[in-house]
Amino acid sequence: MTWCANISVMGFEDMKEAIISAKDLSFRYEGKESYAVDHVNIEIEKGSFVAVLGRNGSGKSTFAKLLNVLIEPTEGEISVCSLQPKTEDDAFAIRQKCGMVFQNPDNQMVATIVEEDVAFGCENLGVAPGEIVRRVDWSLRTVGMEEYRKAAPHMLSGGQKQRIAIAGVIAMLPEVIVFDESTSMLDPSGRQDIFDLAMRLNKENNVTVLWITHFMEEAAKCDRVIVMDQGRVKMDGTAREVFSDPKKIEKFGLEAPDMAKLAEALRKEGLDLKDGIITVDEMEVELCRLLSKI
Amino acid sequence: MLNNISIGQYFPGDSIIHKLDPRTKILFTLMFIVSIFISKGFLCFFLIAAFAYLCMRISKISLKFIVRGLKPILFIVAFTFLLNLFLSSGDDVIVKWGVLSITFTGIRNALFMAVRLILLVTCTQLLTLTTSPIQLTDGLERLFTPFKKIGFPAHELAMMMSIALRFIPTLIEETDKITKAQKARGADFESGGVIKRVKAMIPLLVPLFVGAFRRADELAMAMEARCYRGGTGRTKMRPLTYRKADYCAFGISFMLLLVVIALNILNVF
Repeated sequence: MTWCANISVMGFEDMKEAIISAKDLSFRYEGKESYAVDHVNIEIEKGSFVAVLGRNGSGKSTFAKLLNVLIEPTEGEISVCSLQPKTEDDAFAIRQKCGMVFQNPDNQMVATIVEEDVAFGCENLGVAPGEIVRRVDWSLRTVGMEEYRKAAPHMLSGGQKQRIAIAGVIAMLPEVIVFDESTSMLDPSGRQDIFDLAMRLNKENNVTVLWITHFMEEAAKCDRVIVMDQGRVKMDGTAREVFSDPKKIEKFGLEAPDMAKLAEALRKEGLDLKDGIITVDEMEVELCRLLSKI
Repeated sequence: MLNNISIGQYFPGDSIIHKLDPRTKILFTLMFIVSIFISKGFLCFFLIAAFAYLCMRISKISLKFIVRGLKPILFIVAFTFLLNLFLSSGDDVIVKWGVLSITFTGIRNALFMAVRLILLVTCTQLLTLTTSPIQLTDGLERLFTPFKKIGFPAHELAMMMSIALRFIPTLIEETDKITKAQKARGADFESGGVIKRVKAMIPLLVPLFVGAFRRADELAMAMEARCYRGGTGRTKMRPLTYRKADYCAFGISFMLLLVVIALNILNVF
């Protein structure tokens, strides 16, 4: 039943245009033998929420930097919003369309006042002053930080700083936002906040989100999960498809979500659980179903 | 330790002087300084001091702040005062003591230099007390923009300054963290002589520098990701504009300068 549902979702996604497409995309750091990103072929549909999973050194962050033209591919092609980074100006245009939120909230804030920092991207784009003020107002409201507009960045918590970083990115009106392990330095509540915010931007503002992470619980909530290891795409599919086999995912140095592992263990003990349980809610429903049978 | 760190000595407020364009205030201060340097007599100083006091009252800064800011230069003031007092040459000797002598000219010169120094610092303090560091940076950037044609990196310098201001609290925080971490490992920063203490700083400074370089790297990348490519084609959220009050301030400071020049020419002391 779930499988059928997946098919229909996938079918719907296929109809949408690809906003990011990589053909044989490869990157090798200078002086290294092996590729950090090794002939990756990927298409990401407009409006989707995609998780990129992988252990340290799997090439997921390098992939993110290639998307934003912070580094140039050694081989292969990348196209973002049908733009290819051939010249400096193309790179500039791509960076406007494809925003990026980094890992360390401290190291991506430029200004001493929150609103100045949010305006930084717009100022670089050469947006007119009145329009900048309007966009800063809007983005601070969207991330729920209006009352901090005059605050100093070092007075904010990690989660709040990440919100400001997101505000700075959405003020540039991007079509894609890449979150490069943006929650890994935050406490659990901050992590949840930022993830929910990304979800909301995806649903309400139709921003395509690339969520790079090593937290399975977050990836389990995404439309599509791409698992990378040694620079290659190893698995690609819905969260349910990727996580239903805890053994396979462990091969790539990742841990399946707790509920998937629990379901596996319970099945071994003879419980008749359905396939593809990855969240607590699903487990609850399934267990209640079993209980009602008794 | 860091909850309310303030950089510089900016005293927030909403007086007319606070709201002036930073460029106006910088030029105003320059006029002040020029006036002080060309003054030859105490009457000019009195006039300038009265004017500075007026500015202070308008900007609602208490005398306490100014006096506190004078503390670091007290030594220099005392030193110049004593040098002038004993080493000025003149015929009107009051006390003679070996090579040292106190003359009326000496007393006058000593007082004159001391007052001049104090006034200089007070006037520049009025600028830094009423203008936030970031406004100052903005103002300096705009003032130096014309010099871009001869290759002066106005925007780059301003950007460097604002990034430095942004990262001072972050780096202090990090220093604090590293100090604690090293203390937990048994490092001793407090005891011993100067050399021993300087040596003890090494395990603190090395990680701090490494961290700062890493930060710089990441920040550069984050700035690039947000389309930063130098000052060309850049706009400002709140561009600096001169308003009526700024023109008035220009007029007033220019008048002050004229009056001081007139007093000097007329030799009224």
